[in-house]
Amino acid sequence: MLRGLLKLTWVEIKIFLREPLGAIGTIVVPVLVFMVIGRAMHTKTPTPTTESFARVGLPILVAILIMVSAVLSLVTIISVYREGGILKRLRATPLRPQTILTAHVLVKLLLTAVSLSLMILAGKRYIPPGVHPPIFSFAIALLLSTWSILSIGFIIASIVPTARFAQPIGAVVLYPMIAFSGLFVPVSLMPPVFRLVAHALPMSYAVSLMQGIWLGDPWSAHLVDVAALILFFFVFTAISAKVFRWE
Amino acid sequence: MRPVIQVSGVRKTYGSTIAVAEASFEVYEGEIFGLIGPNGAGKTTTMECIEGLRKPDQGTISVLGLDPFRQVYKLQNRIGVQLQQAQLQKRIKVWEAVDLWASLYQKKTVDGDRLLEQLGLTEKRSAWFMNLSGGQKQRLFIALALINDPEVVFLDELTTGLDPQSRRAIWDLVRGIRMRGKTVFLTTHLMEEAERLCDRVAVMDHGRIIDIDTPESLVLRHCPERTVIVDTGDPAAAQHFQAIPGVEGVECAENRFTIRGRGELVTEVIHCLSENRIRVTDFRTILPNLEDVFLKLTGRSIRE
Repeated sequence: MLRGLLKLTWVEIKIFLREPLGAIGTIVVPVLVFMVIGRAMHTKTPTPTTESFARVGLPILVAILIMVSAVLSLVTIISVYREGGILKRLRATPLRPQTILTAHVLVKLLLTAVSLSLMILAGKRYIPPGVHPPIFSFAIALLLSTWSILSIGFIIASIVPTARFAQPIGAVVLYPMIAFSGLFVPVSLMPPVFRLVAHALPMSYAVSLMQGIWLGDPWSAHLVDVAALILFFFVFTAISAKVFRWE
Repeated sequence: MRPVIQVSGVRKTYGSTIAVAEASFEVYEGEIFGLIGPNGAGKTTTMECIEGLRKPDQGTISVLGLDPFRQVYKLQNRIGVQLQQAQLQKRIKVWEAVDLWASLYQKKTVDGDRLLEQLGLTEKRSAWFMNLSGGQKQRLFIALALINDPEVVFLDELTTGLDPQSRRAIWDLVRGIRMRGKTVFLTTHLMEEAERLCDRVAVMDHGRIIDIDTPESLVLRHCPERTVIVDTGDPAAAQHFQAIPGVEGVECAENRFTIRGRGELVTEVIHCLSENRIRVTDFRTILPNLEDVFLKLTGRSIRE
């Protein structure tokens, strides 16, 4: 079935690129955010706050944006495909259901990698001097986080009634997660209840992992984050296997 | 003849809705078998159980000797499927769809370009799915259903929403599928389609199969009434018509006679006309069709 998976993935990439705004909305916008804010922060007289934000806050924020837009795009595509009977049509072939969904995950991960590369390439001069992020490790951290959180996308795609609601409902579920991610307020400084919520959501582990790796932490310092993200993937995948609707 | 599909006592409910109450029938190798009935009769559910896409609550199904639900992947390699109201990705190109489908089967597939040519889609090879006309979309779905050189082809409401011209073109294609020795199982709510295309039909209503036979036999069995209309100025005609065996009534208005009867009425009337040298200025027959059979069997028109 590998041939089918690769072919389907390739076809889905081509289709995605033909979508007007599809590629621009999901790839270019996060990169633009990085460049615009990076430029604003790029002053001769940085304050400690702007400096710390430019050092690690901004790249992680943009990474989260890249991740969330990949998940939203997945939710939209899956619900459009379900509504149009495309999923059902694909299921009436020898393709395994998990192969169909894996193809979409692969497309989104590739999209994420491309967005990240663009951000690094286009925004290199906004990365403050003295910060030398391990780009490759960071990419792995982002892909791992995206992979984990994409599994929520399948659950969201199952609960949206029609494709029209996919984007708004997806946003309602995902954006609050960013608030609890520790990106703006560190999880350790949150009130206890909020801290519990943060720990119950994958986004906090994603942020902790990506921040750490960006600043040069070794992977061994973030085994908990990695384990949590993998665990979330399996839990969410198990749930979506139960609730996922093909038609 | 060898049965390729055997359906026995199938029942399928969704919550409190009974989609299929009881369905039992066999489809033989090399025939075009039609499941006919109004929308909501349970045709699609029955078909999707046979394709292995749904699991019946009760009953057994065998397709090419396989259990469609448990051996669905094995089965899908050997059948071709066109689903009702299915779509493809809006911006997938025709050739990409055919190429993708060809890669999904574990057996040797047919030449996609030749298939597109046979279905008249060569010019649309690089067109996006969303820019195809209704007829072109259906032809593409037929191509996808045939790409793995299947033994049985399933067509669900193939011509719904098409204009009469495209419909006729599709009928020719379906006959072509049978000519290649394949078995075709189709559903339709168009009685004309069933009459023109199917070797045998099963009439379905409210989740039950009411009767199964060739269209001609069904008409003969359930609607044996025949009507012949003859225009003639012959003053003796009325007498002669009354004397035809099997005649149940003769009405006359001006010079137009309406003769009602059953069975071999048409032959008898022609015989009578020639025997008595009756000069005729017009001759028409009104024969019942599957539409009438359905009305008779269910007490209502299929269009309601």
